[in-house]
Amino acid sequence: MGARIKAVHYLNQFFGQIGGEDKADTGPTRRDGAVGPGALFQRILGSEVEIVGTVICGDNYFNERMEQATEAVLSLIEGYGPELVLAGPAFNAGRYGIACGSICEAVERRLGIPAVAGMFPENPAVELYKKSVYLVGTQATTLGMKDAAQKMARLVLKLARGEPVGSPEEEGYIPRGIRKNYFAGETGAARAVEMLLRKIKGEPFITEYPMPIFDRVAPLPPVDRLGEATIALITSGGIVPMGNPDRIESSSASKFGRYDIGGVDRLTPESHETAHGGYDPTYANADPHRVLPLDVVRDLEREGVIGKLYPYYYATVGNGTSVASARTFAHEIAKDLIRDGVQAVIISST
Amino acid sequence: MAKEIERAGIPTVHICSIVPISKTVGANRIVPAIAIPHPLGDPSKSKEEEKALRRRLVEKALRALGTKIEGQKVFEED
Repeated sequence: MGARIKAVHYLNQFFGQIGGEDKADTGPTRRDGAVGPGALFQRILGSEVEIVGTVICGDNYFNERMEQATEAVLSLIEGYGPELVLAGPAFNAGRYGIACGSICEAVERRLGIPAVAGMFPENPAVELYKKSVYLVGTQATTLGMKDAAQKMARLVLKLARGEPVGSPEEEGYIPRGIRKNYFAGETGAARAVEMLLRKIKGEPFITEYPMPIFDRVAPLPPVDRLGEATIALITSGGIVPMGNPDRIESSSASKFGRYDIGGVDRLTPESHETAHGGYDPTYANADPHRVLPLDVVRDLEREGVIGKLYPYYYATVGNGTSVASARTFAHEIAKDLIRDGVQAVIISST
Repeated sequence: MAKEIERAGIPTVHICSIVPISKTVGANRIVPAIAIPHPLGDPSKSKEEEKALRRRLVEKALRALGTKIEGQKVFEED
């Protein structure tokens, strides 16, 4: 009977049972053994592996000083002498996903041991880390915790044992864009003709290489005469009139609001609030300008630095909002702005 | 949203706290904000200092709108 494989689990402040958004600025700490969902992971990993320690860091703390925080977390992880690391799962939480990705990347590069994170495929961290880290695809919410833990545990054990890792479909990780060569039964020419015939007949076929989608927009030329330009304000930070009359959801927003600010110079804690459920609302509620800078933009308008502030602002909540939704909101907003001659937009996000 | 509005033909600047997310999703003009719960504020400062800070950030955003760029650009600290 060999010694148990030592593992360390990384969690954010919420899953690490320190607190919610109000504790998102907690610095890196450690606790021996498994914490929170770590208990589930330990059960699934069984007797072969022992989660000897859990390292926890606040999502804001990490994202506001990524390099320094990665170093500090890495140090705490190293202190346990682990042979494998698990991070998250972060589901659709962007800041948490970024922390998990950054840490796993550093663990693999610097400690040379396998590290596996879990997150929803639309998590913004996926684009940043999928090539360098095994990211197990999870559901968008904690309903997928058990499924995520099973897949993450299975994959990290394979890596720790040095077993060959199969395709993304087999193992449940997000495709990394890595090509593995193999000898096919038929020549490329034969396979290409076969695929073409299927395509022509309208039969299903599987591409051997999905074409990458480079969805980038070429930067527009700069605004020429700002002093004559009409500028519009948009925020994904959820600043809405008090009472959230349009009932914009605090997470996974299905809509945006368009609010009349004609003649309005200032937002107050009585007139406005934040509907966003993904950050500590205290500061935004005390002064909504901290997320939607109306006061300053009105001053600049008065001084002639900009021509005019568009008399409506747009707000939605960018917490777990799908890319598809954001795209739809933007299309609709753009129609208004084009019709009304808006020349530039400032978007503020938390 | 920044990318889609730019695609529709209106130059857009994104003042945001998590620059890597903005870059990944594809905003072209990006201005780093102060912190996640208060991107355009700082509760540790006085109201006047906060407003001055906010104004400097918005002015930087306006400068970004007025700057010709070749690809994505993060308009860092001065």
